[in-house]
Amino acid sequence: MAKVLMKGNEALAEGAIRAGCKLFFGYPITPQSEIPEYLSRRLPEVGGCYLQAESEVAASNMLYGAAGVGERVFTSSSSPGISLMAEGLSYIAGAQLPVVVLNMVRGGPGLGGILPAQSDYLQATKGLGHGDFRLLVLAPSTVQEAADLIVDAFDLADKYRNPVMILGDGMLGQMMEPVEFKDRPKSKDLPPKTWAATGLVPGKKKSIINSLYLDPLELEANSWELKAKYDAMARDELRWEQFNCEGEYDVLIVAYGSMARICKTTIELLKKRGVSVGLFRPITVFPYPYKQLSDAAQKAKMVFCVEMSTGQMLDDVKIALEGSRPIHFYGRTGGIVPSPEEVLRQVERIRNGEEVDKVWER
Amino acid sequence: MGKVVFKRPKSLADVPTHYCPGCPHGIVHRIIAQCIDDLGIQQRTVGIAPVGCSVLAYNYFNCDFFEASHGRAPAVATGAKRARPDLIIFAYQGDGDLASIGTAEIVHACNRGEKITVIFINNTVYGMTGGQMAPTTMPGQVTTTTPYGRDVNSIGWPIRVCELLSSLKTEAFIARVSMHSAREIVNAEKVIKKAFELQIANRCFTFVEVLSSCSTNWGMTPVEAQKWIEKEMVPYYPLGVFKSPNGDESKN
Ligand SMILES: Cc1ncc(C[n+]2csc(CCOP(=O)(O)OP(=O)(O)O)c2C)c(N)n1
Repeated sequence: MAKVLMKGNEALAEGAIRAGCKLFFGYPITPQSEIPEYLSRRLPEVGGCYLQAESEVAASNMLYGAAGVGERVFTSSSSPGISLMAEGLSYIAGAQLPVVVLNMVRGGPGLGGILPAQSDYLQATKGLGHGDFRLLVLAPSTVQEAADLIVDAFDLADKYRNPVMILGDGMLGQMMEPVEFKDRPKSKDLPPKTWAATGLVPGKKKSIINSLYLDPLELEANSWELKAKYDAMARDELRWEQFNCEGEYDVLIVAYGSMARICKTTIELLKKRGVSVGLFRPITVFPYPYKQLSDAAQKAKMVFCVEMSTGQMLDDVKIALEGSRPIHFYGRTGGIVPSPEEVLRQVERIRNGEEVDKVWER
Repeated sequence: MGKVVFKRPKSLADVPTHYCPGCPHGIVHRIIAQCIDDLGIQQRTVGIAPVGCSVLAYNYFNCDFFEASHGRAPAVATGAKRARPDLIIFAYQGDGDLASIGTAEIVHACNRGEKITVIFINNTVYGMTGGQMAPTTMPGQVTTTTPYGRDVNSIGWPIRVCELLSSLKTEAFIARVSMHSAREIVNAEKVIKKAFELQIANRCFTFVEVLSSCSTNWGMTPVEAQKWIEKEMVPYYPLGVFKSPNGDESKN
C-alpha cells in the first residue's frame, strides 16, 4: 500500500479501524480530539458505532459493556480524562476484558496544560486504578510505529483479555508523517470469546462479566491469575529498540516515545563530533525490558535517562541497573520539549563529570 | 390432578437469595424473570446488576449478566447494546446508585434514547451500606446519616426521577409502579412487560421506577413498611405512566 501523509492522531484512529475495531466511546480533550473527529466520520462508513459519552467515567463503563459482549472497542483521551477512566479500567481489568485505550499525555497535575508531556508514566505502568492490576503499555515514537502498534494492541488485548494502553504524548499526536497501513492477516491463534455475555443459548455456560469476589480466597485467586498474565507478558511480549549500540559507547541514553526520537538526533549530532553514545528505547513500558536494558548498560560507563517529566521511568531504570552504573537524569516537563542540542549539552556535561544543567531553576 | 397455577419462571434461578425477609427485591426479580419467559427472550437477554443490595442479582437470573460499577449500569448497558443491538439489555439499579452517583449516566442514556430497559428500585435509603440517606429519602425521614430527619432546607427535596427524565424531549417510556399491595404488584408486572416489549420493538428508552421498601433499615415489619410506602411515598411519588411513545400516559 502507498504511503499517506497523516497526523499521528489520525493514523492511530485509522489503525484502530484496520484492526477491525467497530466501536469507539470517548469524550473530547486536547491534544487527541482528532481521533474522535476522525472516527465519528469513519466508523459509520464501516458499519461501526461512534458515540460521544457524557464523561470519561461513562465512556470507560461503555467500554466495559461493549468488551463484555465480545466486541473490539477503543477509546482515547488525555491525562485528566484518563484519571476519570480509572474506574472503568479497574473493573475491565478485574473482569478480564480486552479493550484498547490511548493516552495522548499532556502536562499535569490537575488541569495542567495542553502541551506534550510524559508525566503519566507511573499512572500508566504502575497504578492506573485501585486493585492489583496492570495494563500492557506500548509507547510508540513515530507515526508509523503508532499505526503499527495499535493493530498489535487489539490482538494483545484479546490474547491476554487485558486492557492495553498506547502511551503517546501530544507531539506524537500532532506530528504529520508519511505512514503506510500494512495489509496484515487477521491473527488466527486468538481464542474464541466464549466468555462473552451474548445470551444464554443451549450448550453455552452462563456468562457473568464481573469483578466481585466476596470470598477472599477467590479474590486472591483472581489476583494471582492476573499476575500470571503479567508474568507471561514479561516473558513473551517485551519490545525495545537499541540505537547506535553496536560499537563502543560510554554513555547509554534511556528514553521512550517522542523523547527517544529527539535523543536519536542528539546521538547523530554527537557522532559528527566523534562521540559515540547509545540509546535504549523501551517500546513496552509495562512489561519493562529490565534485563535487556541492564545488558546494554554494561557496555557504558554511565546511563543517562531523559524524560518529559521530573523522573518517572527513572524508577524502572534504577530497578534495571541495580546500582551497577551511575544514572544521570534530565527532565523537562509542563509541555516543554527538550531540543536535541539541549540534550547534547547535558551529555557533554555528564561526560565531563559535571551535573546536568538545571535550566528550569533559572 | 390439580392444575399448576403458580411456578418459578425458568429465567429465575432456583437458589436462595441473600435478601432480608420482606424485601421486595425478590418480587421484582421474579416479575422480570416472568416477563423474560413470557416474551421468549431468555436466550438473548443480558442483565446488568448494580452496586447495592442487588449487586448479586447475577446469581438469581438464568440469563447472561454483568456486574457494573456504582451508578454506571446505564453506561454499561449503552456499550453492550451499541455493540450488540440484537441483545435485550436491562439494568437494575437502586436509588443511591441511579439517582446519586449515577445521575449523569441515567440522564444521558435516557436522552440518547438508548434502546434498553432500566428498572429503578426506590427504597429511600442506601440499603447495602446500612441505611444512609439517599437522594430519594423523604422529608423528615430518619436514616443513619439523617439522625434528625432529612432537612430539605439544607439538603434539598427528594429527587423525583420519573418527572426529571420525562422533561427530556427524546421519546421514552417512563413509568412508576409500587410494591405496596398485591394489586400494585400485578400492575407492576404489566408495566415492566410493556417496557420490555418496547425494547424488543426497538422503539425507545424504557424506564420503570418501583417504589419499594427496606424494612430492615426502616426499622419496621414488612407489613408496616408496605403501609409506609402507600402513606408516605405514593403521595410524593405519584404512580402511573409519565411518558409513552404510544401517547397512553396515565397518572394516578
Ligand atoms: C464508588 C463507590 N462508592 C461507594 C460504594 C459503597 N456502596 C455500596 S452499596 C452503596 C449504596 C447502594 O444503595 P442503593 O443504590 O440505594 O441500593 P440498595 O442497597 O438500597 O438496594 C454504596 C454507597 C461503592 N461500592 N462504590
